[in-house]
Parts: sequence; structure tokens; C-alpha cells
Amino acid sequence: MEKRLSIIIVEPDKERALPIVDGLREVGDHDIRIISEETGLARQIAEHRPDVVLIDLANPSRDILEELALASGPTERPVAMFVDRSDEQLTRAAIEAGVSAYVVDGLRPDRIKPILDAAIARFHMFQRMRTELAATRAALEERKIIDRAKAVLMKARGIDEEAAYALLRKTAMDQGKRVAEIAQQLVMAAGLLTCR
Amino acid sequence: MPLTRLRLGYLPLIDAAPLVIGHEMGFAAEEGLELDLMRLTAWAQSRDMLGAGLIDAAHMLVPMPIGQALRLGPDLPPFDLVMFLSHGGQAFAVNSTIETRLRALGHGFDFADARAAGEALRRAVPGVLRVGVPFTFSTQFELVSHWLGACGFLHDELELVTVPPPKMADAVAAGEVDAICVGEPWASFAVERGVAALLLPGIAIWAAPPEKALVLRRDFTEARPDETGALMRTLWRAGRWLDDPAHRGTAAEILSRAEYLDLPSELAERGLAGKLMVASGGEMRGAPGFIAFNAGAASFPWKSIAALIGGNIARRRGLDPAWAMQAAMAHFRTDLYRQHLRPAGAALPGASLRLEGMLTEDRTVPAEKGQMILRADRFFDGFTFEPEIQA
Repeated sequence: MEKRLSIIIVEPDKERALPIVDGLREVGDHDIRIISEETGLARQIAEHRPDVVLIDLANPSRDILEELALASGPTERPVAMFVDRSDEQLTRAAIEAGVSAYVVDGLRPDRIKPILDAAIARFHMFQRMRTELAATRAALEERKIIDRAKAVLMKARGIDEEAAYALLRKTAMDQGKRVAEIAQQLVMAAGLLTCR
Repeated sequence: MPLTRLRLGYLPLIDAAPLVIGHEMGFAAEEGLELDLMRLTAWAQSRDMLGAGLIDAAHMLVPMPIGQALRLGPDLPPFDLVMFLSHGGQAFAVNSTIETRLRALGHGFDFADARAAGEALRRAVPGVLRVGVPFTFSTQFELVSHWLGACGFLHDELELVTVPPPKMADAVAAGEVDAICVGEPWASFAVERGVAALLLPGIAIWAAPPEKALVLRRDFTEARPDETGALMRTLWRAGRWLDDPAHRGTAAEILSRAEYLDLPSELAERGLAGKLMVASGGEMRGAPGFIAFNAGAASFPWKSIAALIGGNIARRRGLDPAWAMQAAMAHFRTDLYRQHLRPAGAALPGASLRLEGMLTEDRTVPAEKGQMILRADRFFDGFTFEPEIQA
């Protein structure tokens, strides 16, 4: 039986790290650790001597791992290199997903690939979640603004909510803009007019 | 005519100014380009994104493409360094304990004499000195090892540790490093935090240390020569604009906006104007020529620089220096510089290799057409480097 691989995930955000751990557990029985405290990162990694280190491509601490990956002494060399062991497509997929991996020298590609694939899938999931969250937040903001604009119109013109919304929509259509943009302009202008 | 969109990666430093100014002041649009500037957080990220084609070009530390040429990075498509974007811009700073000891020894933090500063530092630090540098392959690494190596620090008394520039102040405060050598505004940021004092600007060690460069993938420079040239001319003109002292304040304002450095503009202005605050007490020191972008042929990517740095890296990593020099030089594309910047009116030197460290002051030399001024490039210790040329 093959030796269990020791994998370290460097990720300050626990909420992000745990699903990656779950993803990796699904593809094999590995010894997985999370490092969330990045001070003394090089020392922490050197102590654990992992076979694989996974880290966000954009994590500034990556540059510290680069140094570690190039260190020459056998005891200082827990991880060798990067994401280039298997094939070019996998490298590209990893970089696009925002994963970088440091892998101990000599580890066979067929052992690395499932780990990287699982990490890539999880990282993509985060990207989607982040995008969705941003979209939801923006939609919520827009609804608030439109509600405020409707209130302004109702008060200023003495109309009901439905008529206020219809007026906003008509103005937006006439000007080729989005309802939220018109609402934003109206709220801003109303704010200026009521300023003392 | 629709503009061609190019994606450029940069890290938040004052020497990203040519990219930001090229975009903001319309130099890119004049060349038919729309620059999509992407702020990145790690040098390795920049390298990997360029390798994967997620960005078209990168603002990179000059030694980084050399590291790639020597196969010391991941297996990515070959890179070309087509021009330098800046010289200088780095500062060396020490923690408060060392500052106190240096002052007790009578050192005046005068920026004047790198030899005196280095020897005072040697006396002030009894054992090992840990210095934060931004990356293993960086001009800062070259500067610190050359300078302190020549001032009595033995190989094992100098520990150069990678610290991301925005984290330099934290690393000093936490006692992880004793000193830092980093591009502005991050040394001034550490001074502002009250954790460090500036001992020397990089130019006191080497008058013209090439710091950042424009790096693209070779398949891009080959397949898209028009865009490559347009981008180079954009950044070259932005650099020329930036070297007008009257523009440095404006540049600091633009660069400091939330989407770029996101810091008070006063901090970026220190380096750009060459007026630095030595310590948090408010002591100001002038450093004329602290950073240069274009003047004195600063942007010309001398192959001899590739050989010098390639040789140094090779010796540190147990590789053959002669092979490394050749390998590095092949990625410094003086030919593309000549081809694409000649039409913009850039002065072009007769040769692409030279004796490094020879010019004690700016010198007028014959150019491809007429004459040109070359920047002084002397090392504080008189070091010179002659690349071995193989026919």
C-alpha cells in the first residue's frame, strides 16, 4: 500500500479551507493540515515536511514558498516545485482556478493529479460563490435605492407606489438607462435639495 | 478605430507608475491601446499568470525573467524582457534597535556613503543580520548581498528572507527581520509606522540599479509585434513624462488612488520626489535621482546586466555561471528595443553589451544617430563587470 500523503493548505480563512479539506478527503486517505497563521510560514512548513502544499495563487505568502522551494539543503527542502509536474493543461487549469501547488520532488504525477483536480474544483466553487454573493449584494442595494426613490416620488408628487414605480421605469426607458441608475440619480438629487 | 485591449499585471509600488501614467495620461490610447491594469499581490502570481496567458504583459523585477531563463521557476513558456521600466526606487531600512546603536556609533544616516553605512552596520550588529527582500530573484537581493558582502558580512552572517512588500513593516515590527530592502513606498510605510529608519537609498550602493522591467511571453512578442511595439512606446513615453520633475507630484496623486496604491499620496511622493523621511521623528533627506524611468537611456535592457545578474544567481545556486550568462542574455531583447523604440525617437546605443559600473557620472557617448547621454552606473566600491562574450 502506498504511503499516505501529507498535504498542507495555507489559507487564512477557515470557511474556505474546510471545504478544500473535504474535497481532498473524497479523493483519498491523506494527512491534511491547515495553516491559517502565516507568520513564520517557512518554519511551520519546514517542521511538517509536507509532500504537497496548496495555496491561493494570489496569496502574498506565495513568494515566501518560492524561496522555500528553491532552498538547497536536504532538511530545508520540504517541497520542490509548483504545478508543472503532470501536464500543461493541468497547470493552466490550476492557474486559472487560482490554485498553486508546491509538490515534493519525485512525487508521481498520478498521485498529484487527483489532489490538484479536487483542489481546482473547490477553488472554482469559491469563485462562483464569490461572484454570486457580489451579485446578490448588488441586487439588494439596488432594491433599497429603488424603494427610496419611490418614496421620494410618492411624497413629492402625491402618487401611490405603483405610479411611482411606473414613472421610474418610463424615465429609465426614455433615457436608455437602468431603473436603478435613475433611482440613484433621483435619490442623490433629492438629498441635495433637502440639504440645509 | 477601436482600441486593442491588453491586460497588464503590476504590483502596488511607485515604480508601477509608467503603467498607470501610460493608461491615465492617454499615452496608451495614442498608440491604439486600452490597458486593463490588474493589481496583483505576489510576484509568483504575476509570473504564473503571464505564463498561463491570463495577462499579456507584466511589470516584473528585472531578475525574475533571468530566474526563469535559468530554469529556477516553474515550467512555463519562455519570457522576454523587452525594456527596463525603472532604475532605483529601493531603500534599505533598519529596525529601531539597530538605529539607536548606529546613532550611538556616530552614524548620521546621511545617505552619502554606502561604505561607511555598511561598516557601521557591521559594528552595530554583532552576529547574523536578517534582511527582508521582496523576492528571491530581485534587485534588492543583488544590492544587499553585494553591499553587505563588501562591508564585512560573511556569507552565513547575512540571511535574506522573502517578505511581501506590504508586509515589510509588520515583519520588522514582529522581529522576524532586522532590516528591509524594498521598493517605495513600502520602506517609507515602515518609517511612518515608527518601526524602521532609512539607512540608504539603493542608488547609494549602485548608481543605476535596474529595478523593474516589462516582460512578455516570447510567443506574444513574435506573434503580435505591433501590439508589443505599441505597448513599449506607451511605457517609454510615460517614463519620459515621469522624468520631468514637475510631473512627479501629479504622478504621486494619480498613483495613490484607491484602485492603484490606495495609500496617502504624501507617502508615494517621498520616493518620486526624492525627498525621504529618514525616521519617524521627521528628519528629511534629499536623494536626488532616487528613481529614474527614462532619462539617460534608463530603459535600455543591456545584455551585460543579464549576464551580471545571471552569473550571480548561478554562483549562489551551484550552476555554471558561463552557461547562465548566455542563457540570461538571450531573454534581454535589445533587438526588440531597437526595432520598436527607434520609431519613437529613443536614443540607441551602438552596442548592446557594456562594461557595467564604469560611469562615475553621466556621460555623453556616440549613439546610433548622433549622441546620447548614459546615466552614471558606478557601484559604491568601484566594482566593475565585463561580460565574457562568446562569438
